[in-house]
Amino acid sequence: MIRDALTNEGIEVIYTGLHKTPEEIVNTAINEKVDVIGISSMTGAHNLIFQRVFELLNERGKNIPVFAGGIIPDGDIPKLKEMGIKEVFLPGTELKGIVEFIKGLS
Amino acid sequence: MAKVLVMKERKEKFTNLSNMDIKSVYTPEDVKNIEDSKDIGLPCEFPFTRGIHQTMYRGRLWTMRQFSGFGAAEDTNKRFKYLLKHGETGLSTAFDMPTLMGYDSDNPRAAGEVGVCGVAIDTIADMEILFDGIPLDEVTVSMTINAPASILLSMYIAVADKKGIPLNKLGGTTQNDMLKEYTAQKEWIFPPEPSLRLITDTIIYCARNLPKWHPISISGYHIREAGSTAVQELAFTLYDGLTYVEGVIKRGLSIDEFAPRLSFFFNSHNDFFEEIAKFRAARRIWAREIKKRYNPKDERSMTLRFHTQTAGCSLTAQQPYNNIVRVTLQALSAVLGGTQSLHTDSMDETYAIPTEEAVRIALRTQQIIAHESGVTNTIDPLGGSYYIENLTNKMEDAVYEYFKKLDDMGGMVSAIEKGFPQKEIKESAYSYQKEIDSKERLIVGVNDFIEEEKAPVEVFKTNPDVERKQIQRLKDIKGNRDKKRLKMALEDLKRAAHGDENLMPFIIEAVKSYATIGEICDVLKEVLGTYKEPIV
Ligand code: B12
Repeated sequence: MIRDALTNEGIEVIYTGLHKTPEEIVNTAINEKVDVIGISSMTGAHNLIFQRVFELLNERGKNIPVFAGGIIPDGDIPKLKEMGIKEVFLPGTELKGIVEFIKGLS
Repeated sequence: MAKVLVMKERKEKFTNLSNMDIKSVYTPEDVKNIEDSKDIGLPCEFPFTRGIHQTMYRGRLWTMRQFSGFGAAEDTNKRFKYLLKHGETGLSTAFDMPTLMGYDSDNPRAAGEVGVCGVAIDTIADMEILFDGIPLDEVTVSMTINAPASILLSMYIAVADKKGIPLNKLGGTTQNDMLKEYTAQKEWIFPPEPSLRLITDTIIYCARNLPKWHPISISGYHIREAGSTAVQELAFTLYDGLTYVEGVIKRGLSIDEFAPRLSFFFNSHNDFFEEIAKFRAARRIWAREIKKRYNPKDERSMTLRFHTQTAGCSLTAQQPYNNIVRVTLQALSAVLGGTQSLHTDSMDETYAIPTEEAVRIALRTQQIIAHESGVTNTIDPLGGSYYIENLTNKMEDAVYEYFKKLDDMGGMVSAIEKGFPQKEIKESAYSYQKEIDSKERLIVGVNDFIEEEKAPVEVFKTNPDVERKQIQRLKDIKGNRDKKRLKMALEDLKRAAHGDENLMPFIIEAVKSYATIGEICDVLKEVLGTYKEPIV
């Protein structure tokens, strides 16, 4: 759905599919030369996943903005922002807001 | 000439969630094509529009079954007992992501996910703890498990065996529906054809050994949650069901040997009457199709029994207490639609898996409908309503249009390969979200009647130490098993997978020799292959 909203707004989306490891995400992002990485996490593994994504990006000397969506407890958001996550979109966010945010980043 | 003042209506068009136009009033004109004896009939009579049992809720209430699971097996065991103590009448197990995907807890892909979204199960040892102190010959147990369903069912059988419970006493359900995984839930391991083989194996094994088990729960729930309309949910689910039936018939069983144990699982969403019509249409279409195709002798082969869950995707993060009201209405639809079993979502649905308090209120909601509202006094109380009967017919017609498209594509598996159901669902999801963003559809607290609020409910947290403990337990078990027996069991399984024998007895032997879910899946992947998602 997020993919459709962005594509309809003229933003090119490389969709990795589901259940990807941080390694797979970062590889795809670098190979496809993306401007931003958006990761949806519904299962509660977000802290670990995002930490690993940043480690991998650092290792490879890349500074690609990362943002997140999905089921993420309020209490975890400051920690994620500290890690470097640009924005966290929680359930109930309007698609318009997301599109505008990404246009602002890239 | 008399002048009549007609008030302008609030909207130009009134539609339900399948985008059908709804008229201002329904009259006998709208049901004139419906023949009472042929299309409606009585409860427990063909085509079962009004219900599948003679006495329905006057005889026995639906099973109150709350989907639950988190942490290690002992944590979920405690939640099960809590729910039973508060009047729940059946159990329903949620597994964590690694278990759902067939990974052991120590697999790198499991990191951060162990025991978070459900209970972590690696071996039969976990399964024993999960059902410790629960009388498996009295309580029915449902398990939401798909790609590795045959493995979890085998573990359940092995645990019952250890407890000395005869297999013919085991009642419950494995979801075991892979077709909807490719279209909606997206937890796959193997490609469609070998998945169908595993499912058929379990259906045949259960028909012969577990006469009270429902080997499959053909699910529309996930299709709907992925964003389909009610019509699409119904059409794809029933078509999936017919695909499974044909698979078993091809393996040489007669319809009456297994069809009475098939079960279904539907969603109950916001449009109250549309949902009731959907459930009634489901029963009628299923009965007609099974009769037409296979002409069964046993009436039960034609009856569609189903579990319902209220629509998680309809619940809102904003003003979460309002969710209790939404769930009440949706649960009432399910009951008026004649469900056999029901899960009511908790008000904290958008935040995390439910706290004890939230799930208790959800259970109480069912109990209030059952014991206070009076709706259980008579069967199918809306039968004969001009609107409901007309809508039931419309649902049926719309479903047949999809059946035709799917037939033309060469059946469900090839439709999935072409990405057809996936695309239909995605488009509906997107247009629904657009309707909300543009306020064509109002959602209280989301796009109207908005309030400022802060941390509105308490949020459930799983114990962060679960992963470490679970991995330790797995390590201990791996160190203590009979290596020879294990090796033989896995080799036999592999050999059988290459051939066309029923795999269930081999999987049962493997779990009894403490093979892990990951080890069994690895053997099967090697022989059956893995699935790659077509991007639509
Ligand atoms: C729909 C749904 C499902 C469907 C998914 C169908 C599908 N293909 O989409 C089904 C029924 C299959 C399902 C299954 C499961 N689910 Co579920 N599901 C939900 C539900 C009800 C809604 C999610 C949703 O799609 N909302 C609609 C979309 C539009 O909103 P959204 O995803 O929140 O996204 C918005 C923002 O978060 C943000 N966003 C999200 N991702 C991204 C990504 C980017 C890049 C950006 C920019 C923004 C963004 O933008 C969106 C617009 O506002 C939620 C609860 C809820 N009401 O939120 C539970 C929920 C996510 N599920 C949950 C669970 C546990 C599961 C299962 C693990 C259950 C199990 N044990 O079997 C399985 C796992 C399935 C899987 N493959 O992962 C839990 C997670 C618990 C937790 N983290 O603590 C939840 C919270 C329910 C609950 N309270 O228990 N689920």
